[in-house]
Amino acid sequence: MPYLAPANPEIQRPVSTTLIVSSVLIALFLNGLPWEGVWLMLRPDFVAVVMLYWCTHKPLRVSIGLSWAVGILADVADASLFGQHALAYTLLAFGGVMLHHRLKMFDLRQQTTQVFGILALTYAVYALVHWQVNGYVVWPYFLGCLTSTLLWAPLSIMFQGARRMRVDRDH
Amino acid sequence: MDNTQTFQFFNRGPSPAVRLVFFAVLSLLLLFIDARYRYLESTRSALSVLVSPIQRLATMPGVLWQQAGDFFTTQRRLVEDNQSLHQQHERDAAQLLQLQALQQENRQLRTLLALPQRGELTTQSAEIVYAERDVFKRKILINKGANANVLIGQVVMDDAGIVGQITRVYPWLAEATLITEKDHAVPVQVLRNGLRTIVFGAGDTSQLSLRYMPVSSDIQNGDLLVTSGIDGIYPPGIPVAKVVKIERDAAYPFARVTCLPVAGVDRHRHLLILSGLPKLPEQPAEEPAAPQNLKAKQKK
Repeated sequence: MPYLAPANPEIQRPVSTTLIVSSVLIALFLNGLPWEGVWLMLRPDFVAVVMLYWCTHKPLRVSIGLSWAVGILADVADASLFGQHALAYTLLAFGGVMLHHRLKMFDLRQQTTQVFGILALTYAVYALVHWQVNGYVVWPYFLGCLTSTLLWAPLSIMFQGARRMRVDRDH
Repeated sequence: MDNTQTFQFFNRGPSPAVRLVFFAVLSLLLLFIDARYRYLESTRSALSVLVSPIQRLATMPGVLWQQAGDFFTTQRRLVEDNQSLHQQHERDAAQLLQLQALQQENRQLRTLLALPQRGELTTQSAEIVYAERDVFKRKILINKGANANVLIGQVVMDDAGIVGQITRVYPWLAEATLITEKDHAVPVQVLRNGLRTIVFGAGDTSQLSLRYMPVSSDIQNGDLLVTSGIDGIYPPGIPVAKVVKIERDAAYPFARVTCLPVAGVDRHRHLLILSGLPKLPEQPAEEPAAPQNLKAKQKK
């Protein structure tokens, strides 16, 4: 069965809760850095990419409920409407959970195209809610979707590295 | 064997579709409540206690960078700064003396005319903790909150003019909406001739615009707009914006007037919060409106 052969056949240790929690906290921290002007428009949504990573790689542990909770925290951090990020991240997590088998079969470049679809949906939902409530859309906002997608490959490699390092240390 | 592993997923609680529907509906419900009724402010400030350590930490790189910059300031620059500040101070001192005399005179005149006195404003200084990371919004968070008696609706300004208004108060932070926020309105007067109007934020740039200005209205490039104070929120006479461009097109009923804010809306770190505005008398109830309408009709 082809889907049983992952792109990276190396056996990885189970992910510790510390890694998941700290990665989400670091993502919230990165989102909160003093981005301004053009950089703010180009800022990838670190939280979304990290949540998508865990939803696709550990769908049993990080799933829709947790993404929703993180979304609520992001709403408080960004002072957006309650549920705006939460709704977007819920859809993101659902997309991730649905696609997690498929993503495992792909290499990073193919994964990136899939991830772009999910992230575009997330961004669109966020903008749609904003449009419904406030009546306008800031189009450069969608630039962040592209940079978030570009973040997928480096982030995957980084997490893989982090998980491999743990194996080395234990031996 | 492996198939059972995949099926284990479905044994753990409800299926993703059910969860999706549940949490999406929950989000939509929260959105509706928050957008319509604003019932969730207390929940928000409770959760902000969880998030604010991360936010404070995120401002650290910027603060450190600034402190490093301060440390390496050359002596020459300090001397130059000091000189220019001294000069500024002397200029201001002369005006301040005049102001005191004028205030005294104004008070006497107001007593003479039996007008209510202008209230003394008190200010407290605050520092910007961070600007909100959302391209849709022009908001900043400052380091004074409910602990420093900051209230919703108070005005935030810098040394040059109005910056914004407090729109949300957390235990240790307050959120100020900048005047450049889309559709944020400030009632103003043209300083030159007292023409009353309202200046709106344009949203995505640092511009402001005057809407509904008739083509024939007396407004010129370089006119200074100051707060009119008739709303009971902004104290009168504080500079808001300067007119930079006027497009009068006879095809449209209104002129397009573009202004730039006087204050460094997106530049400074330190701001002033104004408090102690005199309360306006309560608005009359609906009833007195009827006779006015009658009068207007009679005039016609």
